[in-house]
Amino acid sequence: MRKFFTEARLLLVAIPVFLWTMIPLYHLMLFAISPRDTAFKGKLWPDDPTFRNFELVLQQKHYYLNNFWHQMWNSLVIALAVGFITLFVATAAAFAISRLRVRGGRLIMNLALLTYFVPAAFLALPMYKAMAVYGLLNTQWALIFAMVAIATPYAIWVLKQAGDKLPIELDEAAIIDGATAPQLFRFIFLPLMAPSMVAVGTYALLLAWNEYLYAFLLLSRDIDTTLAVALGAFLSADDSPWELLMTAGLIYALPPAAIYYAFRRYMAADLTSGSVKS
Amino acid sequence: MSQAATADLSSFPSAAPAAGRMSSWQNWGMLLVLPYLAVFFVFVLYPVGYGLWLGNDLQSYRALFADDIFWRSVVNTIIFLGVGVNLKLAIALLLSGFFAVPRWWIRVLGLLFILPWAVPSIPTILSFRFMLNPEWGVINQVYYNLTFLDGPNWLNNPVLGLTMSIVVHIWKSLPFWTLILLAGRLAISKEMYEAAAIDGASSLQKFRFITWPAMRQLYLTCTILSMFFTLGDFNSVYLLTGGGPADLTHVLATLGIRYIRLDQVDLAMASIICALPLMAPLMVFMMRRLSK
Repeated sequence: MRKFFTEARLLLVAIPVFLWTMIPLYHLMLFAISPRDTAFKGKLWPDDPTFRNFELVLQQKHYYLNNFWHQMWNSLVIALAVGFITLFVATAAAFAISRLRVRGGRLIMNLALLTYFVPAAFLALPMYKAMAVYGLLNTQWALIFAMVAIATPYAIWVLKQAGDKLPIELDEAAIIDGATAPQLFRFIFLPLMAPSMVAVGTYALLLAWNEYLYAFLLLSRDIDTTLAVALGAFLSADDSPWELLMTAGLIYALPPAAIYYAFRRYMAADLTSGSVKS
Repeated sequence: MSQAATADLSSFPSAAPAAGRMSSWQNWGMLLVLPYLAVFFVFVLYPVGYGLWLGNDLQSYRALFADDIFWRSVVNTIIFLGVGVNLKLAIALLLSGFFAVPRWWIRVLGLLFILPWAVPSIPTILSFRFMLNPEWGVINQVYYNLTFLDGPNWLNNPVLGLTMSIVVHIWKSLPFWTLILLAGRLAISKEMYEAAAIDGASSLQKFRFITWPAMRQLYLTCTILSMFFTLGDFNSVYLLTGGGPADLTHVLATLGIRYIRLDQVDLAMASIICALPLMAPLMVFMMRRLSK
């Protein structure tokens, strides 16, 4: 009987949590499979569900979606670039700070954290002005570098925490065998850090794929922008085809969800491990 | 003797015989932190410095302080932070207890629960926006079907609009903080709870005397970090209400964009700079904690 009450109490939490999480997502999906004029009438399931919206989006058959595939490609290229550059910059820095004990390492960690004390939306405008000075405005490098600057501090922090946990004896043994710093990096650091690196790379990739504000500020030509900006452009009119917006939005949301699930094992363990130490 | 040798090894980086290699390590270290330093100086420090320089005209502050929308945004930001962050973290703390219960179906629910955080803001926040549409949104449709009355004009009312922005913000970022607090909770030794159970402690007592003392520091860190993230939350307001109606739901994060749209770059910079002194004490506190 007592066991029954425990389960009932758990369910009492689980049901609201499930509804809270899923209703906006379900609503998004319903919009995508409803025909235009019947968009949604408070029904739990449309009378005649259709894939017509997906056809229209994938064949770019609307003014707002003329560059759908191109923008999807832009999103992908930018996300991958941000993922790899962040990984490269952060791994090198974390190795130097955590294993080589470079002088001033602590100061660099503090500088990195300083980045997060300027909230992203506040940094956006100075970044926009600075990119204009560099002549990068309206090029995809502007968005890539902006996202790298935002992703690296957290990436370094996570990788340094993970690097500190590797047993020092490994380095000592390698040193006795006469290993150089690059060898230490190649044969000890990289293999052992691979899971954390997957986590960090995925984090940066998702951050860049999902970004709206910076993309919207730094890129303006339709042909350069990411899907996020293209979707935001629907809001410029009051009678935009909302069902197509939701359909394209659903397609846009699928890759990050899939990537998250694929790398979930690494993400949950590594991205939160730093928090437990304190 | 052998003990002394081991001690020497464990403090190796400072050991004298390896001085030559040490300097080579230091050189490599310098080389490897260079890319990050370059990113930091070019894409963080310079923009911030440039922004401060752009915002050094006292005239723009006078214009800013004369703008009612600015003061409204300050009040909105304080409400957004005060309610949004605390409510979110309190719920996250409770839910972290729920997700720590070992059941297969809670694990499955946890997988779904993370979705709002993993997927992009644009489609999901716009989904909220359409749900809240006063004429054809599902919420007012259902409300009408039940009561035959017209529902509230959700996003055309500044109070409801800001409230809904906070709801959207919580929906989006709750999973992340729940995950962090869950990690903290799982790190507490199970033996403590077992011992407490033997002593006949109630679940409330277990929380009061075991969970909370162990989590308090982490909870505080999360609160302050979340304040910074929330202060920078542009999407939850901009994509839901667009700052409207009549610019009454702007927060400091969206106000800059409003000024840019009005071609008042100096006001945009000034509005950002005004928020910085508020953050300084939080900043010093966080630096102390995180760099340990």
